[in-house]
Amino acid sequence: MTLKFVENVKPDVTTDIVYMMCPMHLLKLEEKMKELEKGQILEIMTDYDGALEDIPGWCEKTGNEFLGIDETDDYYKFYIKKVR
Amino acid sequence: MRKCYFDYVATNPLHPQVLDVMLPYLKEEFGNPLSLYELGMKAREAIENARAQTSSLINSKPSEVIFTSSGAEANNFALRGIALARQNEGKHVIVSRMEHHSILNAARFLEKSGFTVTYLPADKHGMVEPDAVKKAIIKETVLISVVHASSEVGTIEPIREIAKIAREHGVIFHTDAVASTGNIPVDVKDLGVDLLSMASHQFYGPKGAGALYVREGLRIVPLIYGGIQEGGRRAGTENVPAIVGMGKAAELAKAEMKGRMEHVKRLRDRLISGVLGIENVYLTGHPADRLPGHASFAVEYIEGESMLLLLASKGMYVASGSACSSKALKASPVLLSMGIPSSLAQGSIVFTLGKENTDEDIEYLLTEFPPIVKRLREISPFAKGWEENAQGNKCYTTFPESEKSGKE
Repeated sequence: MTLKFVENVKPDVTTDIVYMMCPMHLLKLEEKMKELEKGQILEIMTDYDGALEDIPGWCEKTGNEFLGIDETDDYYKFYIKKVR
Repeated sequence: MRKCYFDYVATNPLHPQVLDVMLPYLKEEFGNPLSLYELGMKAREAIENARAQTSSLINSKPSEVIFTSSGAEANNFALRGIALARQNEGKHVIVSRMEHHSILNAARFLEKSGFTVTYLPADKHGMVEPDAVKKAIIKETVLISVVHASSEVGTIEPIREIAKIAREHGVIFHTDAVASTGNIPVDVKDLGVDLLSMASHQFYGPKGAGALYVREGLRIVPLIYGGIQEGGRRAGTENVPAIVGMGKAAELAKAEMKGRMEHVKRLRDRLISGVLGIENVYLTGHPADRLPGHASFAVEYIEGESMLLLLASKGMYVASGSACSSKALKASPVLLSMGIPSSLAQGSIVFTLGKENTDEDIEYLLTEFPPIVKRLREISPFAKGWEENAQGNKCYTTFPESEKSGKE
């Protein structure tokens, strides 16, 4: 799976789980996606490397759109668009 | 023999109503809160109910309360968790010399890990000067921690002012409110703190439960990694009965606080004025801004531990300062930092009162304590030397009524 890098994405909801480990990234992802309307964008901030594989994988499995990541010095910002 | 417990700052007895709500979780409601079937869900609901009760006591959101095993864990979590989370912004931390060992030793750990720590002095009343905090802040400062109320001398620190200074400088502020939470009003919004530690057994809850308030949006590095308990910030299967008990104790503390405070304050004032009637005894800590049930003294010419043992032989349980210094038989660093001479600091004795204490308890103490002091002074080989030493040092605190004894 190749990672897409994006910039200046405007999220509708943001969740900060920096310093939290597996499986918080997947639990928060599911929890927050339930709050979103179709077409809205979720931003997840995490420094957990496993998320690089897991979040795109989760999107593929659930049929949601993985928009890409924005990397900062300390953590990643993941952008996911709710499709279903 | 009459039994009087005067060591509420060490721990409190369990409130009977707290025990009642805990019992089912020690028996039939034994589920793991993470289990998806009913037994687990009931344990989960009990924890979330306790979280709401605890957050209500400190006026926070339930999601801002992370349960821990103790106040010491909450203090370690705050110091290490924030320092590590912010180390890219700077590696300087400020703590006061009035802190408990769970702050001081965590600060020493940070020093070993490459941080610089400034230890702020206190004045003769054990009060940390907000101005001193301001002066200690440098560009690299990421965290300040000052105790809300000292368990050793009872002084209540100017947390609101210090928190304001921290906020103005963009520095995170933590307060160790273990001795104060549940005993006096503690409102995280009013105080303006980012983090606050508390412990259940300081307000008639069980041991084995504490909590750290972490302001919403604040990043903190976990102390314990593992599962998803406490939102992934504190792993480990929850101590469900203790957490349930802490919640109930918090609810009761909030409801009964005013009455409890008035009760212990009245008894404490009687105790203080009675004990200060003994010659060469000084109140330590602040005369007015102190915990309502807290009376601490320095007794000249004798040593705290010997008073403690003789009082215990009369059925009265007290402390001679912090557990560490009494075990190590050395003068308390807190008292020394307040400018109390080490000879006088040896004679530290701490009475802390609770809702179970009565006027008869105070009468019994005031009858038995003066002869104990007299007897110990008679056999003290140090009396003369200590007297000479103490005469050159008048910087310790006094209670207004002690002027009768001819001291400052």
